[in-house]
Amino acid sequence: MIWNWEFAWDILPRLLDGLLVTVQATLMGITLAMVLGLFLAILRRSEYRIISWPTAWVVEFIRSTPLLVQLYFLYFAGPSFGLTLGALTTGVIGLGVHYATYTSEVYRAGIESVPRGQWEASTALNLAPSTTWGRVVLPQAIPVVIPALGNYLIAMFKDVPLLATITVLDVLGEARAVGTQYFRYLEPYTLAGLLFLAVSIPASILVRQLEVRLARRT
Amino acid sequence: MFDIGLWGRFMDGVWITLQVTAYAALLGTALSIVSGLAGLSPYRAVRWPNRVYVDFFRGTSAIVQLFWIFYALPLIGPTLSPMVAGAVTLGLNMGSYGSEVVRGAVVAVPRGQTEAGIALNLAPLDRMRYVIFPQAAVAMLPPYGNLLIELLKGSALVSLITLADITFMVSLLRVNGAASTVTLFTIALILYFAIAQAITLGVRLLEGRLTRGLEIGRAAGRRAA
Repeated sequence: MIWNWEFAWDILPRLLDGLLVTVQATLMGITLAMVLGLFLAILRRSEYRIISWPTAWVVEFIRSTPLLVQLYFLYFAGPSFGLTLGALTTGVIGLGVHYATYTSEVYRAGIESVPRGQWEASTALNLAPSTTWGRVVLPQAIPVVIPALGNYLIAMFKDVPLLATITVLDVLGEARAVGTQYFRYLEPYTLAGLLFLAVSIPASILVRQLEVRLARRT
Repeated sequence: MFDIGLWGRFMDGVWITLQVTAYAALLGTALSIVSGLAGLSPYRAVRWPNRVYVDFFRGTSAIVQLFWIFYALPLIGPTLSPMVAGAVTLGLNMGSYGSEVVRGAVVAVPRGQTEAGIALNLAPLDRMRYVIFPQAAVAMLPPYGNLLIELLKGSALVSLITLADITFMVSLLRVNGAASTVTLFTIALILYFAIAQAITLGVRLLEGRLTRGLEIGRAAGRRAA
């Protein structure tokens, strides 16, 4: 069996539909990861060990176990906890929580890059913790970490096809469905790979440019 | 609810996970070094194909690569067994990320070391082997440890190409109703976590060994990390 252009052309629209789902899942997932990651980073810096210590362990645990098994856990074991969600929602939560552990490390590095004097000045001015975080520390910490977050956005994009295993029809899900339908796997899987390259290469060039621009500014 | 036979199935899965991770790590480590050094080559004919390899594997999804190698490749080329397909895909993937780690660490070794090597009239290969690389290796270890953890996590994908690793066993036992879904997946997660902790510990021990009496190397390691 060799490459069939006509077949490839015919199935392209379905794969593009899948790509749209992949992009949607990525955007929702990264939003969750960015918000949750920030909370994890702040909790981890808590002066109360009863908060910081469990946070550190949860982050370590989620980071060092496979996303695939976590997705299975949410999707198959979730209902035992009364958590019955759609496949896409489950997938987005899985991606978001998994990547939140990565973004929390990114934020942590950003927060640590804020000079100690800024904290001391906030204390001296008697600012409330929420003001110190919201108006002093984070506005200085976050711009530094934007490129790193961009890299995780791209990494997450490449992990979205895992959602196909819990029945989400992303690029890979569509490719597999097409393959099983016509008993031709070469074209769908090859096109799926090419679609990933078509998005992730320009995206990584953009992130690299952002890095250069931020480095020049500081 | 939980008998010895079940435990045996888990251990079978652990063994497969360890095997595929180890094979992939060997391939991935070798590729990281070769590709990382190729990226520093003065010849465009070496650098350019290397760039294609790195960008291709970093730019696509590991699961798509695996499916392609397992389901699409046999139609136009060789048919690989699940173990080989899994180890090769994960190894190629790790190599593309490791390549940047090696390149970065080699570049981070102070220029004076290269100059001293030239002054001592060492051949370029000896210069890399005895002077530059041992120092760069110290800086590579922490990110290398992270890559191994990523590899272990990625190894769960082989369950999708019928290889009976931890994830595969758990899915099978779940369908068989051998134990509750929550129990099964919790055990799987704990097993992966334990293996990951063992890898982290191993890398840390190796780090202690490599940095023994190497104050400069330790400083370089901190810079790169």
